[in-house]
Amino acid sequence: MPLVLTEEQSMLRDSARGLISDKAPVAHLRTLRDSKDATGFSRDLWKAFADMGFTGLLVPENFGGSGLGYVEAGVVMEEIGRTLMPSPFLSTAVLAASALSRGGSEAQKSAHLPKIADGSLLAAFAVDEGTKHRPLQINLQAVRSGNGFKLSGAKALVVDGHTADLLIVAARSGGAAGERHGLTLFLVDPKAKGVAIERTVMVDAHNAARIEFSDVEVDADHVLGEVDQGGALLDGVLNIGRGAVASEMVGLSEEVFGRTVTYLKERKQFGKLIGEFQALQHRAAELYIDIEITRAAVLKALQTLDGDFDSAGAAVAVAKARAGTTATRAVQEGVQMHGGMGMTDQFDIGFFMKRARVCQELFGDSNYHADQLARMKSY
Amino acid sequence: MSDLEAFRRETRAWLEANCPPEMRRPTTSENDTYWGGRNAKFSSEPQRLWFERMRDKGWTVPDWPKEYGGGGLDRAEHKVLREEMAAMGARPPLSSFGIWMLGPALLKYGNDAQKKEHLPKIAAGLIRWCQGYSEPNAGSDLASLQTRAESDGDDYVINGQKIWTSYANYADWIFCLVRTDPAAKKHDGISFILFDMASTGVSTKPILLISGYSPFCETFFDNVRVPKSHVVGTVNRGWDVAKYLLQHERAMISGMGERGVGRPLGQVAADSIGADPQGRLDDAMLRSQISTFEIDEAALSAAAERAVDLAKAGQSHPAFSSAMKYYGTELNKRRHEILMSAGGIDALEWESERSRGGARPRAWLRTKANSIEGGTSEVMLGIVAKRILDLPGA
Ligand SMILES: Cc1cc2nc3c(=O)[nH]c(=O)nc-3n(C[C@H](O)[C@H](O)[C@H](O)COP(=O)(O)OP(=O)(O)OC[C@H]3O[C@@H](n4cnc5c(N)ncnc54)[C@H](O)[C@@H]3O)c2cc1C
Repeated sequence: MPLVLTEEQSMLRDSARGLISDKAPVAHLRTLRDSKDATGFSRDLWKAFADMGFTGLLVPENFGGSGLGYVEAGVVMEEIGRTLMPSPFLSTAVLAASALSRGGSEAQKSAHLPKIADGSLLAAFAVDEGTKHRPLQINLQAVRSGNGFKLSGAKALVVDGHTADLLIVAARSGGAAGERHGLTLFLVDPKAKGVAIERTVMVDAHNAARIEFSDVEVDADHVLGEVDQGGALLDGVLNIGRGAVASEMVGLSEEVFGRTVTYLKERKQFGKLIGEFQALQHRAAELYIDIEITRAAVLKALQTLDGDFDSAGAAVAVAKARAGTTATRAVQEGVQMHGGMGMTDQFDIGFFMKRARVCQELFGDSNYHADQLARMKSY
Repeated sequence: MSDLEAFRRETRAWLEANCPPEMRRPTTSENDTYWGGRNAKFSSEPQRLWFERMRDKGWTVPDWPKEYGGGGLDRAEHKVLREEMAAMGARPPLSSFGIWMLGPALLKYGNDAQKKEHLPKIAAGLIRWCQGYSEPNAGSDLASLQTRAESDGDDYVINGQKIWTSYANYADWIFCLVRTDPAAKKHDGISFILFDMASTGVSTKPILLISGYSPFCETFFDNVRVPKSHVVGTVNRGWDVAKYLLQHERAMISGMGERGVGRPLGQVAADSIGADPQGRLDDAMLRSQISTFEIDEAALSAAAERAVDLAKAGQSHPAFSSAMKYYGTELNKRRHEILMSAGGIDALEWESERSRGGARPRAWLRTKANSIEGGTSEVMLGIVAKRILDLPGA
């Protein structure tokens, strides 16, 4: 498989870019932030996403989607990264759609996937509990009770948690924190008794929630996949999420970089364009090289997820780690090279810096993935 | 089964049958590679066998046309061959500036007679070439070179000095940049010319390097007569040929690290340093440097693959080889810093049998040239800034 987009994928990118740059430039996020919008994204835009088929991109055709691959999901994520459009695309169309189609029973799939595809159902994927991403440390307890389970515990930073119609919750039904065995995924109704959802306002003005579960009753048929065997499914979905977030960071990096290069060609100091200074030229060139190399690594990871899912772990770790480091560098250089302008709220560049920080933390930062890679290679 | 899969199967079987086991191990030093030429000697029988078998298949230059001694493989087949060779750790059968640099330039700019004369000899390893670009006062600023070629009937008479000419003392022929019009602007008076190093008036003097080897020379030209028919491309337009050749040189250098072959760094380090009770390398900082390195290495190898695919799709920028050269060489330096660090005291031995004559520290020192030869890292960044990013200023 050549490491370039196919014609169809380029067309998808163009149509996503058209819609997103037109309807959701950075100003869109700014407006939502300044008006303290209760939903935190535009439902109209989500509807437009559904009309274009984006919401059902990863939903199989027999459940009303288009059954495309992770490369295609990455293409849309990258465009989202360019304008920082807030939307439930990651939580619903990528994570939940993947979790359900990879792990769901026929009944679960027919109940939810068509609604994800037509844009009528929003979902959130609840994993992390501590300060850093540590999926094996999951400690939200699932205790057998009657024909089902009772869930107790808390989740932090659940993306789109406060607008979700469906929660997919990773819990511990057996084993101890740190172990892979004993993890189980559950489909939980956010309105169920004992679920308390608190929207948190995040640095990047995107949606997230803290969610508490106290003795929440869940039927046995709401288990996604097998009891105690959720580790593999969870890994798989997380890897998809990592690939998607890495794509978002590539889009974000490239956009910040583009704006920075434009500024280098406009701003004059000492009677010269600042882009004539070699100190800045070389840093810009290095950043360009970094972004190009990262783009290749991310595409490689997504193609591996599409082609050989179970062996994609290393490629995904490489992609997420690289994308995190590159995005961090891109936003830092972006702010620095814009001088005082870069520090102002009125200017968009700070939005990119904030979003990059969140993407870095989501599903494991660069250090986490470097550590994972070392473990995979046994050193 | 697709043709390409069949090709892969045949290739693998052929390599298995024909690549001697000794040629499937990493080389231990620069002296362990076969460079061909009039005075070539094989360092071992397996090296000779491997070279001859590959030459007979046209696989010293697999992607060149068959009429010039190449293998006539298309891009996809060439990639399969490279992958299969990498998978078994097979060495290149012939190392050659003719293959890496001059050949591509001749294929694009050479006339018919020049191609017929030189390409088959490059493919068969009969002539060893050296590169006469740099001069004492023209390094990064290559176009300010001063070596003169003055017209005299059907010949040019060449006078001047080159420096850093790798292997000039072993080479049979040189591809050389000379000034044919001293009055023109600096880029417009240069020609690209080929001549025999055995010509009267050519002399060389080796320079000792920090690695203890001396692979390159000062090269002097004193009234060297060269037929005008040896100019490649148009007289005074040699800069075009020179730049095109540099693109190939840079792409080649960027891939010079042992990407994907040899033992993974983490294991090399674990062998010498050992593990902590959790099985992690017993040097947390080094472990983190290694994994970060491996991430960057994997990303670079994806980018190298993508560069080929982009070129095929007609979407690549001609200056992209400078981007890859920069990254590849900086990364290779990092690899060898890590190897030295992982080797600890053992990696410091310079002359002993145990250290194979100090192979590791010598290789480490050699990599420091990667970001200088073929254009320095600073020059690469300048090219990216100006040609790709279109930043202002000369
Ligand atoms: C191992 C090795 C093999 C070589 N083989 C050959 C060969 O076979 N044939 C051949 O012709 N040449 C060869 N070279 C020469 C090589 O191409 C030159 O060394 C190289 O181009 C740098 O030139 P220089 O050494 O004169 O350094 P200089 O040009 O003097 O550079 C000195 C320093 O100044 C920096 N610098 C210069 N200009 C700029 C600028 N505009 N902006 C910012 N920084 C700048 C450089 O990056 C460098 O750090 C070889 C070199 C090495 C190390």
